[in-house]
Parts: sequence; structure tokens; C-alpha cells
Amino acid sequence: MPRLSLKLKLALWLLLAWLLVLAVVGLVAAGLWTELDSDERSALRAMLQARLTLLLLAALLLPFVLAGVLKLLVNAYPARALRMAEQLRVIHGSNTALRIEAGGAAEMQQLGVEINVLAEALASARGDVQSRIAEANARLELERNRLAALMSELAQAVLVCNSDGLILLYNVGAGQLLERESPGAEVGRRIGLGRSLYGFIDRRPIEHAQAEIAQRLAGQVARPVARFVTARAGRLLRAQLAPVLDPGGATVGFVLVLEDITRSVERNSRLDALLQQLTEGTRAAVANIRAAADNIEQFPDMHAAQRQRFNTVIRDEAEALSRRLESALAQGADPVRTPWPLEDMLASDLVQTLRRNIESSLGLVAGIEVGAEQAWLTVDSYALVRALTDLAGRLARACTLSALVLELTGSGRFVRLALRWHGAPLGMGQLDDWEQQTFDLDAFGHLRSLRDVMAQHGAEIWSLADRSAGINRLCLQLPTARPDATPAAASAPGRPVYYDFDLFNRPAAASELDERSLAELTYTVFDTETTGLSPSEGDEIISIGAVRLVNGRLLRQECFDQLIDPRRAIHADSQRVHGISADMLAGQPTIGQVLPAFHAFAEDTVLVAHNAAFDLRFLQMKEAATGVRFTQPVLDTLLLSALAHPGHADADHRLEKIAERLGVPIIGRHSALGDAIVTGDVLLKLIPLLADQGIRTLGQALAASRKTVYSRLTY
Amino acid sequence: MNPQTILIADDEPNIVISLEYMLQREGYRVLIACDGQEALDTALQQRPDLLLLDVMLPRLSGYDVCQKLRENPDLPGVRIVMLTAKGREAEASKGLALGADVYVTKPFSTRELLATIRAQLGATPAA
Repeated sequence: MPRLSLKLKLALWLLLAWLLVLAVVGLVAAGLWTELDSDERSALRAMLQARLTLLLLAALLLPFVLAGVLKLLVNAYPARALRMAEQLRVIHGSNTALRIEAGGAAEMQQLGVEINVLAEALASARGDVQSRIAEANARLELERNRLAALMSELAQAVLVCNSDGLILLYNVGAGQLLERESPGAEVGRRIGLGRSLYGFIDRRPIEHAQAEIAQRLAGQVARPVARFVTARAGRLLRAQLAPVLDPGGATVGFVLVLEDITRSVERNSRLDALLQQLTEGTRAAVANIRAAADNIEQFPDMHAAQRQRFNTVIRDEAEALSRRLESALAQGADPVRTPWPLEDMLASDLVQTLRRNIESSLGLVAGIEVGAEQAWLTVDSYALVRALTDLAGRLARACTLSALVLELTGSGRFVRLALRWHGAPLGMGQLDDWEQQTFDLDAFGHLRSLRDVMAQHGAEIWSLADRSAGINRLCLQLPTARPDATPAAASAPGRPVYYDFDLFNRPAAASELDERSLAELTYTVFDTETTGLSPSEGDEIISIGAVRLVNGRLLRQECFDQLIDPRRAIHADSQRVHGISADMLAGQPTIGQVLPAFHAFAEDTVLVAHNAAFDLRFLQMKEAATGVRFTQPVLDTLLLSALAHPGHADADHRLEKIAERLGVPIIGRHSALGDAIVTGDVLLKLIPLLADQGIRTLGQALAASRKTVYSRLTY
Repeated sequence: MNPQTILIADDEPNIVISLEYMLQREGYRVLIACDGQEALDTALQQRPDLLLLDVMLPRLSGYDVCQKLRENPDLPGVRIVMLTAKGREAEASKGLALGADVYVTKPFSTRELLATIRAQLGATPAA
């Protein structure tokens, strides 16, 4: 705005000055004219007529002379003042080391010198504050490093998340465990601060565990921990979830400890299968032998033929028993069922959870009659609640029920949880059929049946009908447990580079991005290197570098740096800029492999690039071929810099110029990752400068950028 | 006094042969059924005094037979002794919940089984 209006003002002043000079000359000429007599007038007229062209030329040339004088004046004063104002804004806004440059009129130079003295004072005052902050940060860093040392010793994967499931901290173990993909998967999702945990682990068991913890907290349990088992990429993970509480006792997030139990479960299930084969399988044979032997002993007077029959039974059964023993020990490996780890839970809590789940997911009215208040169970409550809700749904559909009662009775070693209803009893064989129906346990397509879940719990189920009273029950019997002391939640977490606790303060993830402050958004700052400058003529990306910026911090460890085989030659001009040769690209993946990985890396973030239009054009050219679309909002530091510093010429908005002006160190210029890091640092410096101009939210920045694009025809 | 009747429902001939011989020697009338449905039909027709019932039977499981007999008002007095290779306490508890009088896990002592049968039948007035 100041730049444009200055030009306009200049033009107006010029017009004014010209008219003024013409008017003065005209008035003087008119005055002289009246003084002259007729002879003199005709002589003068003749003189003037002869030199008319010359006079007109002088009048037309006059504005150029005036413009020259005016431009000198403007450059010396108002334009100078504007430029100084912009530099001043940078000095107090982001770079106190910058000084007003010499130039303009002597008075303006003098003003510049005085301002520089003031800037010096400001720099030293801020330096004081900075050093105190640095001291405090160093202390904090020390604490963090202690924490990190503690964490890296842990074999388990540890993650801390806020209530929305955004990752605030993770250790190396978590990265290894969660970034592992099933064989054959091409693109690995990357774990990172501010990313959603639910991209890695099914949301439902975690929400179930959170609800369970909330219930225990409400029941004044000191340190509640919920456990569950989930599957991921062919591995079985045991998870322990503990709440993170603020000083007021409100839950602000959770700590998740994960352990890969695939191997131990496999081993356990082999042992379990073996044990089952050796006990259940041999009981009948031993019974047959024993009964036959008893008879021979008890009735010595029996016929020889009868005795021979019993001897045959004994021999056959004993031989069969030997064979069974051999084969059981030989195979021993067939997992009959998977003993998923279980956790202790109050039976009444289980019934409450089941009621909530039945009511919310089936819309049934479920009453509760509890007669075993203090019985403890050992359960996989997530699987059990899912299985019983599924069963209740089938029951409600088969018997057209709108209400049922959950009845809990206890008798020593067992509790019985009955679904009780009035009306028609279950059809013959119905329950048996339902026991074998599968339901999906989690988002990864794992199917379980009620029978599996019952086997896992040592549970039994049956139906009972009191036909005269019209009351029916489906009884589920579960063995009771004596709860052992709940182990304390794993003590706190993390390698310092991997955390950002300020994410706790982030607003709900669902809120509109546009309303979010620039300072708190998560960005992927990226840059590309290419074979040349014309994507439409077949130029290709040969390198993508990107770095994540979360909560005002550039996370250099969370970066993306990949060379790409363009399958074509590189322009000599371009190679001089980035120094990447064809040899370096041989054997690198193609854009078709890299782009999906970059897309996953940039998921749920705002994209940032310098002169973003150029890089985006290359990405868009690949949309059809790779099926990868970048739909997130994009910020361009070139446009943002123009917004923050409208007084500077286009050349001043080149990346290295901006970096120099804002005091950002340049590293590895013209490598994609190096430029991405510089761009990220520039963005961080620009955010407070934009705030000075009232540009605070993403929406405002995007709108202002759009206007700038239209006003810059050269761009 | 007519001899009391015992129905043996088991699909393993090697146990049936021993139980049948022993019970006959003790003076009981013995009936045999090889699967669940046959056991249910025989029980309804012949009205035995006691049923020796295996859990793992073809066609209809021992649990189902037990439940059907207990739901049938025509057969109020039949004693049911479950005789099974399923040894877990949970299964025993289920059998008793479904109306079995006794739950005996294989292997067992025939002497003790006889004592159990006698105790059960002694509680019932002789037909």
C-alpha cells in the first residue's frame, strides 16, 4: 500500500507543479501584455510566432525536469523514511543485529545514525534477557536429558499423547515398533510429534481403555492402568495405558507403553495346546482302562470270554494312549487358541461398561441387577464387551426386543452374567450358531467369534427358559479372580528431540484450520530440486527435502530427504545450481515410489515452500500418474515476505536475501533439505512480523497471500 | 420290585462295555444310547430312573440333552449323572446349572461311581 500510494502521490505532485509553473508564466506574460502598446504587441507577436515551436517544446519538457527534481526529493525523504520504518520493524521485531543503512538526505542519514544508536541499546538489553532465558533453557535441557537417558534404557515403546491422540513424545522403541510395516507394504508411515496415534494403532481399544480409566478415576482408584492387546502389521502388541493428569486432577492425555508379545504368545499357545491334548485327550482313554480293570478285579467269577473282552479294551486303549502321547509331544505346536493377556476388573464395572456399549451401539434399553458387587474377573474387557454386545444385538433381532436386563450373580469361583428378557425363548441350536459367528474386533480386519472369546476367558455359555413365567436367560459364566496389586504406571518418558509438551494445549483437532494461529500450526516445510525449470516440458523432480515445524519449533530430526531417479537427463544450468549429477541418481527410487511416502510425511500439516507455486506445479504434474494429491493449505514464504516487507524490491525477496535480513544462517543452500530448513527458519521469523500487520491466523495469511499474488504481475 | 433302569449315553464302546457289565452285575436294567438324540428319545420312551450322560456326544450334546429333559415336565424324577472327559471346573458348573445332579470327571473309580449311583437312586422312591 505505501509503495503504490507513493507513486500515485508523485504523479499528482508532478502534475500540480507543472500546472503551477505554466500558470505563473502565463500570469507574468498576461501582465506584460497589458503594458505593451499596439506596435510593441505586433512586434512581440511576430517574434513569438516565429519561436512558437520552441516555446511549446519548453512547456512539454518542463515535467521531465520537474520529475527529476521531485524524484531526487522523494528518494531523499519519504521513500527513505518508509524503508527505514521497515528496517526498524525488523530490528525490534526479529533481528536486532540489523542496522539502518546509510542513504538519502543528510538529515535522514543523521536520523539513521541516531536510530542505530538506539538499536544498539535495544540489542544489548535484549541480549541480557536472552542470556537469562538461555540459562533457564540449559537447566531445562539438563532435566530433559536425564529423562531421555532414562527412557532410552527402556525396552518397551513409550508414547505420550494428548486426549485427542496427538503424539507429544515417543522414544526410539516406539518408532521402531510402530514404523514397522507388514512385509510387502511399500510406503511406511512415519511417527512424529503432533501426528495422530490413530494412524498407527486402532482407535477403539484405546478409547475403550480411556473410558475404563475414567471410570476407575471416578471410583477413586489411586493409579489406574488399563491394559489391552491389539494387533498391528502381523504383530501382537500388549498395551498399558495410564492417564496424564494436570494438577487439578483432570485428564489431559495418556501414557502408552507397548510391548511386542508375538513370540511369547506363540510359545504360550503351543504349551497350552500341548497341555490340553495331554489332559482332556487322555481322560477318556484312562477311564476306559480303569473301568475294565475294576471289573476284572471286582468280578473274578466272570466268563473267560468276558474277561478276554475287557483285556482287549485295556490293551487297545493303552496302545492308543501311547500313540496319543507321542503325537502330542511331537506336534505340540498347533495353537488351538491364543491366550491373549487378560486384566483384572470388577465384575460390576464390566456390567456397567457393557450396558453403556449396548445402549449406545444398539439403542436397546438395558437394566442392571447386580448381585455380585465385589467379584473380580480376569478379562480382556474390550473383546468381551464387543462379543457380548454382538450377542445382545443378535438376540434383540431374533426375538424383537427393545429392552433387556443384565443380571449379575456370583457363586464363589464363578460369576454369571445373564442377559434376561421376557417373551419368546431362543430357538433350538440358535445359541450354538451364534457362538460361531464372527465379528470384527478391530479396524485391521481381525475376526473373532464368541466361542474364541469364551475360550480365551475359560467361560461357558448356555440358555435357560422358564416357560411358565416367560422369562429367558442367556447365561455367561466367568471364572472369578483375585486381583493382584496393579503395577504402577511406567515412570515418565523421552528422548528430548522427540517431544513437545506444548501440544497438550492445542485446541481440539477438529476445529477449522483457518481459525488457527500461525504460531501453533504444524507445518511441513519442503523444497525440491529439478532437472530444469519447465515441468510442462517434461522436467522432473530429482530431490525432495522436508522438515517438520511443530508449535514454533523446527524439528530437524523429523525430516524427509530423498533423491529421485528422474529417468531423464538433467539440464546443465540446473546441475550447476544444485550440483546433483546423473550418477548420483542412478538406482534411486522413482517419483512414483517417493511421492506417496512424502504425502504420508506431510499428512495433516500445512505445506510451506519458498516460491511454492514452482514446487507445487511439479507435484501437480504427478497427480494423475501417482494418484497422490496434496490438498492441504499451502503457504509461500516469498509471498509472506512481500507482505511483511512491501517496501523491498522483488530481488530482495529471494530466499538468501530474506534469510540475511532476518538473521537466519544459511546452510547447504541449494540442497532440497538445506533450503527447506532455511525456509522453515524464515517462516518462524516472519510469523511475528506478520502479526504486527494483523495477520495472525492461517486464514488471514492465505487471504493476504492471494491478494499479493494478484498485485504482483511479474510473479 | 422291578429292577431300576439306567440309561448309558456314551459314544465310546470301550467305556460302555465296562459300565454295562458292571451295572448288570449289580442288578440294574441297562439301556444304551450312542448319541445325544438317541439318548433323548430313549429317555422319553423308556423313562429310566437314571441317566449316565457323556457331554461330548454326536448330534446333540450332553448339555442339550440335560436341558431338554429338565424343561420337559413329563420326566420330573430322572436323575442325571454327567460323566465326561471335560474336566474343567467351569464345565462342571455349567452342567450343574443346566440341571445335572452329579458331575463326574473321567477317569473315575467304578466303586465310587456305583456308590454315587446308589445314592442318587436311593433318594428316589422305587418304582
